[in-house]
Amino acid sequence: MEQNNQKGKKRKVLKRLLGYVTKHYKLQLAVVLVSIVISAFVGVIGTQFIKYLIDDFIVPLLGQQNPDFGPLKNIILIMAGIYLAGIVCNYLYNRLMINISQGVLNDIRTQMFNHMQKLPIRYFDSRTHGDIMSTYTNDVDTLREMLSQSIPMVFSASVTMIAVLIAMLSTNLYLTLVVLAMVILMVLVSRYLGGNSSRFFVKQQEDIGKVNGYIEEMMEGQKVVKVFNYEEESKKRFDTINDQLCDSMTRANMYANILMPCIMNIGNLGYVLVAVIGGILSVNGILTIGSIAAFLQYVKAFTNPLGQVSQQMNFIVMAMAGAERIFDLIDEEEEVDEGYVTLVNAKIEDGKVVETKERTGIWAWKHPHKDGRTTYTRLRGQVEFENVQFGYEENKRILHDITLAAKEGQKISFVGATGAGKTTITNLINRFYDIQEGKIRYDRINIQKIKKADLRRSLGMVLQDTSLFTGTIKDNIRYGKLDATDEEVYAAAKLSNADQFIQHLAHGYDTVITGNGEGLSQGQRQLLSIARAALNNPPVLILDEATSSIDTRTEKIVQEGMDKLMKGRTVFVIAHRLSTIKNSDLIMVLDHGRIIERGNHEELIAKKGTYYGLYTGAIEID
Amino acid sequence: MFKKLAKYVKEYKKATILTPVFVVLEVVMEVIIPLLMARIIDVGIQNGDVHYILEMGVLLIIAAILSLTFGMLSGRYAAKASAGYAKNLRKAMFYKIQDYAFENIDKFSTSSLITRMTTDVTNVQMAFQMIIRILVRGPIMMIFALLMVLSISTQISIIFFVAIPVLGVILFFIATKAHPNFEKVFKKYDKLNNVVQENVSAIRVVKSYVREDFEEAKFKEINDDVYKSFKKAEKIVAFNSPAMQTTIYTCILLISWIGSQLIVGGTMQTGQLSSIITYAWQILASLMMLSMVFVMVIMAQSSAERILEVIEEKPSIQNKENPVTEVKNGAISFKNVSFVYSDEKDVNKFALRDINLDIKEGETIGIIGGTGSSKSTLVSLIPRLYDVSKGSVTVGGVDVRDYDMHALRDAVAMVLQKNVLFSGTIAENLRWGKKNADLEELEEACKLAQADGFIKEFPSKYDTVLDQGGTNVSGGQKQRICIARAILKKPKILILDDSTSAVDTKTDAFIRKAFREKIPNTTKIIIAQRISSIEDADKIIVLDQGKINGIGTSEELLKTNAIYREVYESQMKGGSEDGAE
Repeated sequence: MEQNNQKGKKRKVLKRLLGYVTKHYKLQLAVVLVSIVISAFVGVIGTQFIKYLIDDFIVPLLGQQNPDFGPLKNIILIMAGIYLAGIVCNYLYNRLMINISQGVLNDIRTQMFNHMQKLPIRYFDSRTHGDIMSTYTNDVDTLREMLSQSIPMVFSASVTMIAVLIAMLSTNLYLTLVVLAMVILMVLVSRYLGGNSSRFFVKQQEDIGKVNGYIEEMMEGQKVVKVFNYEEESKKRFDTINDQLCDSMTRANMYANILMPCIMNIGNLGYVLVAVIGGILSVNGILTIGSIAAFLQYVKAFTNPLGQVSQQMNFIVMAMAGAERIFDLIDEEEEVDEGYVTLVNAKIEDGKVVETKERTGIWAWKHPHKDGRTTYTRLRGQVEFENVQFGYEENKRILHDITLAAKEGQKISFVGATGAGKTTITNLINRFYDIQEGKIRYDRINIQKIKKADLRRSLGMVLQDTSLFTGTIKDNIRYGKLDATDEEVYAAAKLSNADQFIQHLAHGYDTVITGNGEGLSQGQRQLLSIARAALNNPPVLILDEATSSIDTRTEKIVQEGMDKLMKGRTVFVIAHRLSTIKNSDLIMVLDHGRIIERGNHEELIAKKGTYYGLYTGAIEID
Repeated sequence: MFKKLAKYVKEYKKATILTPVFVVLEVVMEVIIPLLMARIIDVGIQNGDVHYILEMGVLLIIAAILSLTFGMLSGRYAAKASAGYAKNLRKAMFYKIQDYAFENIDKFSTSSLITRMTTDVTNVQMAFQMIIRILVRGPIMMIFALLMVLSISTQISIIFFVAIPVLGVILFFIATKAHPNFEKVFKKYDKLNNVVQENVSAIRVVKSYVREDFEEAKFKEINDDVYKSFKKAEKIVAFNSPAMQTTIYTCILLISWIGSQLIVGGTMQTGQLSSIITYAWQILASLMMLSMVFVMVIMAQSSAERILEVIEEKPSIQNKENPVTEVKNGAISFKNVSFVYSDEKDVNKFALRDINLDIKEGETIGIIGGTGSSKSTLVSLIPRLYDVSKGSVTVGGVDVRDYDMHALRDAVAMVLQKNVLFSGTIAENLRWGKKNADLEELEEACKLAQADGFIKEFPSKYDTVLDQGGTNVSGGQKQRICIARAILKKPKILILDDSTSAVDTKTDAFIRKAFREKIPNTTKIIIAQRISSIEDADKIIVLDQGKINGIGTSEELLKTNAIYREVYESQMKGGSEDGAE
């Protein structure tokens, strides 16, 4: 059963893969197929040519006084023409296969990436980055080999085999049956070996994954390894998993390697059988000597391409495994967006909000109703939570009964230990995750109704993990507003106090940084990501430990800039240092997913509860 | 390059040599088998001699069994040799990386190292297997075929002796054209990987700024780039097979023409001509094989270079000859130290400039300074994670460059700003500090670091399993485990690089108290943002843009140092509870 399912799945994967080829490259593929057929026939003709040449052109000339080489010359010239056609076809299909295979790879990569952009955050949170990346490299690589080499070879081999099979059948049925019996044996053997081989190839991929994971962990912690003189121990552990990989790799390759000699020698066995049976038949006068000789040639012509095909098997097996992983990514369910409320530019006319095409700096929610009415609500940045329940997994609730209301322009802060659910709350506002029960409203609109892109556009986020991109400093800040002018970029940097350190860099705003921001300190990276948010200039801002690595002196200046920026806007703050949230309008103390205390700084201090404990250092936070 | 790479065959030398040996034997059988087949047809079938056919048939089956045996053996040894070779390459790279200094680590990105150790090794491994299996098979089949042709007709063999070198030149030309193009492809590939990696790790930023389209456009650009350059490289290689066919077909036609003349002239038999043609096909087949290997090798060459880059990278910090193996005490001094990061293009862009410091054994030193003031850089010089550009750093009166690094780093424990815990239990993580530490020792260190309490609250206590990066303990707990790990080393110098930032002030104070009482002779250097963490230090160093702005006790600095005063006031004002002890 399971094996059947497996096979059915493999077939589906193959079919789907070929679908990419036939989708855009029908014409080219047709030319390729024709070219392969022609070049396969040229191959077959080429092997027969010499017999024909000797029997029909050379033998008649023997013993002649003045042999006329004219016809012989002509036939050689004709043959030259045929060969030329073969060469041209060979080049043609090789060349076109490059277009097709690279084109398909390009299509697949694009589809993967574009699809990946639409996947929910959950997808990224539940996988290692190395694993996702390896789909783009290792798995796509396996396809290249298969598309450009294996498929043409298998096709051309099949054409040759069919041609030979027809020739065999027309010569003698019984001998053909012998050959077919041999083919069945070959199939059985290759199934056994191929099965073992692909089992170990799968194991090999798993072990590669383990090695990958270990290398990744150790590389990330390499500096700790150095500081602790831990090199020897880390080498020892690496050896263990590296040996395991070596073992599965050896087995997978071994089964794949012995496939070809097995096939070829079963072929040889068949040859002997045909010779013996044919010999007996000819002694009894059932078969002519000539036809047995011809048939034996066919047996050879039949087994050779089979051997070639079997050699391609491990490429195909690997590619199938790769394709499966690729399709898994492409089939991953997209983030659903059933929202219909959109964000539009607006202006105020006679006290009413009216939609406009110009950039007025005023935004409104365009809300089409079921009865055909469309209402406009001015974007203000009010956020309300009503009895919100949430868990990342079905049965593991993280947040219980969260109810809170942030009015326009308020600063709302969350404090509490790791795992208390602070970051989770911010993940819900922008719908990185959807709540299970309760309601979140944004300007009185249920956020489920708002189009995700528009919802997120109205929310700025600065995270502890800064996530910069390879490119210049300017490009990185401009990520907040793609069409910002240089002056706007500089202004945003000045506002967030990043300008000072940027000016000190060798190339200023044009300094190229790498994604992990090597050469910049963690604090500098945070300043850049704040500048990026400042340029974006959203009505609601979420700061998740955004200044945790900035020294207190700089933080104070950043804070001032931020306060300027946030005037009249709603801010959610998760802070590392309580000093930065003291001026909040509302502070929520979270514990195990519940709000246990709320109020402003003075109220909470007066309460002498958990907040007071945190503030005085009696209780630890992070 | 081949020579350098060949070194890593090591214990698989036997398998590596046996593979081609069995391939040769297999090829010999493969050569004998067609001769036997020819006899079956030419003698057995022609004469209708079933007995002869059976005789030859038995011989043929024996040959086939031998061929199968040799084939299986060669396949087995090839698999063993190539997988083993790949293992050794990975091992060599990993070991080498373990010997890297910080500077070397900074040079390669994690993702690039991973690709090099997996994809690139796989490419080289495939090429290696091809070389030991097919690189022998091809030429042997060719030589055999050529010998047969030679034995039949010297005249005709000349055709091959001319054609094959010509073909060789053509192939060489193609290869030299293709190689730089493949190199370009791999560089583009790296870029593509980078875009994917950054996108994946920054996905929250991408989504919250709604920049999916922007990212897609960015990816499309590099993806098309890869597509174009790959096509360009493969286009060159596509000439391989037609070039070969052209050569061989020309040979066949020439042979046919000349052969016909010879036959008609009576100096050759028709059977001989058809044999020669058969051998010509065999030569073509072996050439085809060779060209396949060729393409693989061309592609693997770039990968091999990337592997060698890792292996040949010189660790920028190495032991001196006859290094000092014992650190006498924890006194530290900096003399006119200046430091420039080696990847800094501007050699005058000092991260540290003219640092002079004297720290006595057992002292507690606080370091404070703004973002980018090079606090971490300063302390990194003590365990010689980087070498100074100018001046010298001495520990226990000896220049750090004169120590055996192992000994030096054993004596200097450092808790890094970027704390890393590894997947495994808490005890396993702690034992990084001391390999064979028993539970008692672990507990003692953890008590000192104020970690024992919370660890014992976990259900599995010291056997609690940590996720990669220690994401299942809180930041403050993680920092305390890291401190305990460092204390277990029983160091002469203990450096905490901003490693109590997530610990509450009270616990922080307990840790410092324990330091004072339990390890009084250990020199302690504490980098902190929080004044309260360093206020009671023997000496506080104020760093500003790589220079010492002031040294002294808290009281002295409050009087003399403007920066310190400002920081102090900003933290103490309005939050006097913050410094509670």
